[in-house]
Amino acid sequence: MAIVTPERPEAPAPEQPLNVPVRFLRRPTGYTPGLWGWMTTVDHKKIGIMYSVSAFIFFIIGGLEALLLRIQLGGPDQTFLRADTYNQLFTMHGTTMIFLVIMPLSAGLANYLLPIMIGARDVAFPRINAFGFWVFLVGGLFMYSSFFLGGAPNGGWFGYVPLSRNMPGHNMDYWAFGLQILGIASLTGAVNLIVTAINMRAPGMSLMRMPIFVWMSLVSQFLLLFAIPVITVALFLLSFDRLFSTNFFNVAAGSDPLLWQHLFWLFGHPEVYILILPAMGIVSEVLPVFSRKPLFGYQVMVFSGIAIGFMGWGVWAHHMFATGLGPVAVSAFSASTMFIAVPTGVKIFNWISTMWKGKLTFPTPMLFAIGFVAMFTIGGLSGVTHGVVPGDTQQTDTYYIVAHFHYVLFGGSMFGLFAGAYYWYPKFAGRLLDERLGKIHFWLMFLGFNMTFAPFHILGLQGMPRRIYTYPADMGWDMWNLVSTIGSFIIALSILTFIINVIKNRKPQEVGDDPWDARTLEWSIPSPPPEYNFKEVPLVTSRDELWHRKYTEDEHGRSVRREVMLGQEKMPGTEVEPSPAEGHESPDHVEGGDDEHGEEHEPHIHMPSPSYWPLLAALCLPVICYGMIYKTWAVAILGGVAMFGTLYAWALEPATAPEDTPVHGPDTSGDDREAVRV
Amino acid sequence: MRRNCRLAALSATLLIFLAGCAEDAPQDFLEPQGPVARQIDKLMDPVFIVAGIVFVLVQGLIVVAVLKFRSKPDSPEPEQIHGNTRLEVGWTLAPALILLAVAVPTIATIFDLSQKPENPVNVTVIGHQFWWEYRYDDLGVVTANELRMPVGQPVELTLNSDDVIHSYWIPPLAGKMDVVPGRSNRMHLIADSPGEYMGQCTEFCGASHANMRAKAIAMAPRDFDAWVAGQRAGAVTAVAGTPAEAGSTLYAQKGCGGCHTIDGVSEGVLGPNLTHFATRTSFAGSIFANNDANLRIWLRDPQAAKPGNKMIIPGAPLTPDEITKLTAYLNTLR
Repeated sequence: MAIVTPERPEAPAPEQPLNVPVRFLRRPTGYTPGLWGWMTTVDHKKIGIMYSVSAFIFFIIGGLEALLLRIQLGGPDQTFLRADTYNQLFTMHGTTMIFLVIMPLSAGLANYLLPIMIGARDVAFPRINAFGFWVFLVGGLFMYSSFFLGGAPNGGWFGYVPLSRNMPGHNMDYWAFGLQILGIASLTGAVNLIVTAINMRAPGMSLMRMPIFVWMSLVSQFLLLFAIPVITVALFLLSFDRLFSTNFFNVAAGSDPLLWQHLFWLFGHPEVYILILPAMGIVSEVLPVFSRKPLFGYQVMVFSGIAIGFMGWGVWAHHMFATGLGPVAVSAFSASTMFIAVPTGVKIFNWISTMWKGKLTFPTPMLFAIGFVAMFTIGGLSGVTHGVVPGDTQQTDTYYIVAHFHYVLFGGSMFGLFAGAYYWYPKFAGRLLDERLGKIHFWLMFLGFNMTFAPFHILGLQGMPRRIYTYPADMGWDMWNLVSTIGSFIIALSILTFIINVIKNRKPQEVGDDPWDARTLEWSIPSPPPEYNFKEVPLVTSRDELWHRKYTEDEHGRSVRREVMLGQEKMPGTEVEPSPAEGHESPDHVEGGDDEHGEEHEPHIHMPSPSYWPLLAALCLPVICYGMIYKTWAVAILGGVAMFGTLYAWALEPATAPEDTPVHGPDTSGDDREAVRV
Repeated sequence: MRRNCRLAALSATLLIFLAGCAEDAPQDFLEPQGPVARQIDKLMDPVFIVAGIVFVLVQGLIVVAVLKFRSKPDSPEPEQIHGNTRLEVGWTLAPALILLAVAVPTIATIFDLSQKPENPVNVTVIGHQFWWEYRYDDLGVVTANELRMPVGQPVELTLNSDDVIHSYWIPPLAGKMDVVPGRSNRMHLIADSPGEYMGQCTEFCGASHANMRAKAIAMAPRDFDAWVAGQRAGAVTAVAGTPAEAGSTLYAQKGCGGCHTIDGVSEGVLGPNLTHFATRTSFAGSIFANNDANLRIWLRDPQAAKPGNKMIIPGAPLTPDEITKLTAYLNTLR
């Protein structure tokens, strides 16, 4: 926890062994450079970057898997992939993109930005935060190690029993245990971000002043908190069946395979909103900035997000319309499925209204944000057609469904995440991405995306089922499959453009704190931010705090720079008068004069010290899982004991190492701490 | 043309591509060939049209906003509009009402389709990895891969699975229904006119899920009765001295009967019943047309022809001569 301690008692002398009961490596300090510094960091910004970079690497892997699948399906009767290889690849493509790409990319952005956007210096539980990241990474690597240890999961990302229960080999064991590990990562992340958003907001940052990205992340973290336990239960039942021959899903012993489907989708449908809500939040941040208008209907946007979060729990059985639930249950879920489109539709109209009468500019983040609204709308509309159950009995498990969820998760989530990547990159890296390459990236991706996934609508209506590794020539599916395969390579090209953009753009630039003339607090601090984010904890007086520090409104309600109106303005909407001690009462202070003020008010900023325990604890998890899968109980027990030991040592480790010097206040403002550079 | 219109309504961006496209797709469910599928299709028509209108409206507004409100050198700072309660209530209620209008006929159709049809032909469908077994218990007929049905009469299917979850789907005739082990789901289909209707398993069921196709053959009632009579007859015995007789000996020697039933010859239950194999137009989950060339491919190496299927030929692979004899035998099983 970021601790501001004007009158903190003197730390005990560092040499006292009593204060460091468990220690087998020297504890790194905040100054630790290089790889060890990253491995032991508890800085939410470094962790956010590690999340994003790892997830992007998984994105490339999942994308390459998709390319292999598309090559195989590019024409009829292809023999490029064998049946089982295809099944492994589509299982891993889905599992990767959901659990190892979109979720951690959202987690990475929220990790980096959520504390800054609410004016905090760190997250509530920095070491748990680090633990969450390392667990995610080892979970992903654990699952991928299956490729080298006998074959990857091949029962689909949904793992329907009894197929997944009875499949030979360890493939589906890797899937079940891998997801368990990733579930731990999600749960710790969710607890941390929820507590951070609720408890660590800067003074004046009321809930209804929180940036909309924070709100949507908060809702999705709550969904995670309640959804992950459901799949955890399901995966335990499955693993027990596979390892110990229990009968939870043994049909011969009287079990009903639909139990798995209910558990899986009771997790799986909220999961869909976990994947899309953060992207909705990003787009709701980007559109106002490049429209130079506030978000239209902030309250409605917040409440529709919450409504989606609640209603998302009441629609899971629409994944099961063809399983024979009976007309009453099916009708109820049909209605709930249709009506969840209402809060989603409201959001779309509010986004368009945000642009309406604005002063629109179109840098790359704006292009991706508009692309999100357009593509997500298509996914939403096809989603409503699935809600019409008799129609869904034709559509389900065809490529029409594949089209639908790629429009939602790629046209939606990924476009939103790319909007966020371009928008916040200058804040992360201290330099802007190249606009020309960015625009090439957007247009290639927009074209490639629609070429790949729009034909899926037609293929689905023409009766092409999902998850087939081959199809004969006389089905009429040849042409659109070929178009789609070509499109997928255009997407690959667009991603390559993005990578080139990031790699090429390494020259230091002077982007300033606020290159987009943006609205929220993260743009009030240097790019990249110092480790402690805010030298002074900001006092928040309005929604879009930064905008109101820069602008006031003239008599027509138009924005006018405060300098222009100088002399007549006060803090806008000041329910809370800024105290003279920490307020930002003068515009020139905000404009970048960050050295003159505050010396006397904030003497020291203590940041938590790095720790290697989160990493070590995370590394124990795959040891336990390998031991379980191969029924080498000694290994599993060893891993469990080691896990207990690391957690014990962690619990006794003080948040801030006594020997770690505090980051100083304004007089040395950040010069002694290297800011996070990408 | 009607179909093209609807696809365009669904996604106007595809209209240009579609203009020149009229491929023949046998599993297209926008071309219903029976009353059940047609009822679904009729229900979806207005939904696709409404979706198309909303699509054009939203994308149109986006395009207008982008063109009209793009920043120009002389454009002033925009008015800071924070929202408009009346508008927002409006576009909350309007979609809700549209959806209500969709939900009412949807629910009516759900209940309508769940009614049992009158005077049906009852068939039990059993899903296996990766083929279908059909049992006409009332008629005393067991067959595989091809559902034979009389035109115009409802066929009530009781769906059971022998192993994992499958899903039974003949798109021109009806929507799909999952085939869940331990459960007996029901569905019914009706065909308007004689013909072959293609479908396939749509729930991922293992390595050869893609190779688990389904076929419904609708026949004039008199032809159907004749077919039933033929299926009820016992197995043909191979004429002595022919290659077919040598084939029947091989059938016994190679242990084929351990998995397959031929009435009066063997009683295996793992694989399809072969008593009237030669009357079928296709085999192996309907991925092969039933002819000598395909049978040779199949008997040479069933695992290569259909990965992961359960047919194992014990011992050494069959020699070309053995394959010829077995094929001859199978061809006599009319």
